[in-house]
Amino acid sequence: MLAKVRTAAVQGLDAYPVDVEVDVGGGLPAFTIVGLPDTAVQEAKERVRAAIRNSNFEVPSRKITINLAPADVRKEGPAFDLPMAIGILLATEQIRASGLDGAMALGELSLDGGIRPVPGVLSIAMAARAGGIHTLIAPAVNAQEAALVEGLQVYAVRSLFQVTQHLEGEEVLTPVRSPPHSDAGADYAVDFAEVKGQAYARRALEIAAAGGHNVLMVGPPGAGKTMLARRLPTILPPLIWDEAIEVTRIYSVAGRLNGHGPVRERPFRSPHHSTSSAALVGGGTVPRPGEVTLAHHGVLFLDELPEFHRDALEVLRQPLEEGFVTVARVQSTVTFPSRFMLVAAMNPCPCGYHGDGLRECLCTPSQIARYLGRISGPLLDRFDLHIEVPRVPSGDLMTTLPAEPSTDIRTRVLRARARQQERLGSLGACNAGMTGRLLRKYCRLDEEGRTFLRAAIERLGLSARAHDRILRLARTIADLEAADVLTNAHLAEAVQYRAFDRPLRLLA
Amino acid sequence: MGDNDDIRIVARDDEEYPSALRPISDPPRELFVRGTLLPQDEIAVAIVGARRASEYGKAVARRLAADLVACGVTIVSGMARGIDGAAHQGALDGGGRTIAVLGCGPDMVYPKEHAPLMQRIIRSGAVVSEFPPETPPRPEQFPQRNRIISGLAKGVVVVEGRIGSGSLITADFALEQGREVFAVPGNIFEETTWAPHQLVAQGARLVVSALDILDELKIPHGSVQRPAAVSLSDEERAVWQQLSFTPLHVDRIAANCGQPVALISRVLLSLEAEGLVDALAGQRYVKKV
Repeated sequence: MLAKVRTAAVQGLDAYPVDVEVDVGGGLPAFTIVGLPDTAVQEAKERVRAAIRNSNFEVPSRKITINLAPADVRKEGPAFDLPMAIGILLATEQIRASGLDGAMALGELSLDGGIRPVPGVLSIAMAARAGGIHTLIAPAVNAQEAALVEGLQVYAVRSLFQVTQHLEGEEVLTPVRSPPHSDAGADYAVDFAEVKGQAYARRALEIAAAGGHNVLMVGPPGAGKTMLARRLPTILPPLIWDEAIEVTRIYSVAGRLNGHGPVRERPFRSPHHSTSSAALVGGGTVPRPGEVTLAHHGVLFLDELPEFHRDALEVLRQPLEEGFVTVARVQSTVTFPSRFMLVAAMNPCPCGYHGDGLRECLCTPSQIARYLGRISGPLLDRFDLHIEVPRVPSGDLMTTLPAEPSTDIRTRVLRARARQQERLGSLGACNAGMTGRLLRKYCRLDEEGRTFLRAAIERLGLSARAHDRILRLARTIADLEAADVLTNAHLAEAVQYRAFDRPLRLLA
Repeated sequence: MGDNDDIRIVARDDEEYPSALRPISDPPRELFVRGTLLPQDEIAVAIVGARRASEYGKAVARRLAADLVACGVTIVSGMARGIDGAAHQGALDGGGRTIAVLGCGPDMVYPKEHAPLMQRIIRSGAVVSEFPPETPPRPEQFPQRNRIISGLAKGVVVVEGRIGSGSLITADFALEQGREVFAVPGNIFEETTWAPHQLVAQGARLVVSALDILDELKIPHGSVQRPAAVSLSDEERAVWQQLSFTPLHVDRIAANCGQPVALISRVLLSLEAEGLVDALAGQRYVKKV
């Protein structure tokens, strides 16, 4: 007898429908899975067999053939376990299927018949809804994310037996309720109020957040570079609903959601400097999202920037320029979104204490120059701000005066962002993304400003590539003050966040 | 290494050979010279000191050199990092002449980051060495060249130096050669001030301004001229008053002024552009002289 159960599989961040066709017929007892299954799918045989037996059903001693259609796409993972088991029970007429029309089922089986969570359920739920499916039977742990899709009835199931009870109408489950859509609810574990001192660095990060600028922090070990970077998401605008869904989808596909509902906090990812380029941009035979995608709508933090492999930094180019990454494999080419703020940190010199003031640096100027030279020009061009972060004297750390909390800073950031959106005319647009044409249109200087900038570049020995970056930063500084016209004061402050434009000073 | 087209050999019986060197006990047989040695270079003062110098020390060296060249004095030093470099710099910025005595061949740039400084010295004075071209810098050559530094000068000013500093060797040569020794006082808690204080204890002349040197060496001078004061805005003056020769971080300056760091950054940049403050690595600032 033949049975068909609908399910879906994830490719990239999207899902496509898969039909699980089960045929139980004559011949020598056997269990065959076709349709390009990978090892985890092949091993489903053992799990399905045990789960059926331990749910008080029987596995027939006949020839079982399962086809995963479409048969020309490679299938991976254990999410087909549940539809296979349901298919076998239907094909052997151990259960009757009334409730399976317009329904999809997925889940990994454990040997005792329990149902375990699988990755990508949100993507599958979205694809199901778009494909006219009205019911989704999903592992209980994944039910929260599936219920984010409106117009889809989601049943949270914990065991194969529970599924059969539900399908036969003996103990019908109630669908999981969708959580209310709201833009609020981010709850960060860290806050800028915890950062003592560091007035200059705090100001720089506020500007970075306000204009969406990438930041490079240079400072000795123990200066608090990581601490500062980790708090950057807390002063960025809250995720709007669509962004939250996008991030949740990514974390779902990556298997990192762990039963939570929508992700409300902007991600913060800090891959170690030994991370391979595949782990950064995503990889695997069926590609999974890498660090740049896990940082989508959030912050990607690269500590010890000069220690990263050259090819790892090279692969960051596409996501930084285009906001997505393309992962090409023999089987398929997948595109992942990857729009993030890049924050990097490095020591000022090989020993780490140049310019520290508290501890003497023993590096020679040529050693320092060589060390700083490891950051190539094209890479440096990715950063609108390069700031020097000092160690805070221990006396200042003892202060009990509370520093300004993240919410206050975020209020100013939001106001500055609103001005940028109005000017640039598109949602989410910020100064960091201004092209040359927009830059010339919106960052026009009067005669006095031009003279000032030219004099500063000459007298301070700034490199020529600094010019446009200074304008862009000055624009954000002016936006924070709700000022329309760029003044010398804005330009002067902008110059102070361009440490690498002044190579001689970094050596001084 | 570098091009050596411009290297000339000046032997002891050449007219160009510095007459001040002839009477010393172990004069170099010949000098390798890049740039020019002029008769006016006979009125010379050497300024030497620590390689790892404080901002204070470098500021003193720059100031003394600038004030001395304003009175027609040539500044002699060793082109090392720290005090030596600052002394040359001060002389050049003051529009005066300066001579660098190297511990390696005249075609070698040591330390490397002084390549631009070396070119400036060749244009406004001379780089001299007793070592032939292509001689690499070796530790034992530096004490030996110190006798030429003191020999070329009428007096030696020691600005900073730790215990066992090479500056003391230069001071010893100076006494042997009958030159005056001067020492600049500093903070007694800093190890860099050990050598000059030691010299003062042994009878060196304490220096608090270029006048002390000019008077002692009987070099005629008018009143040493200060550049006219620049007019500062109220904000600039408030920031300026917080600064010293000890580097201060911008956060600290802002806290001392009780102003937001954004404002202080702007003011510091304009002070820097006006040439009144120096910005150091790590967003730290010092007064400039």
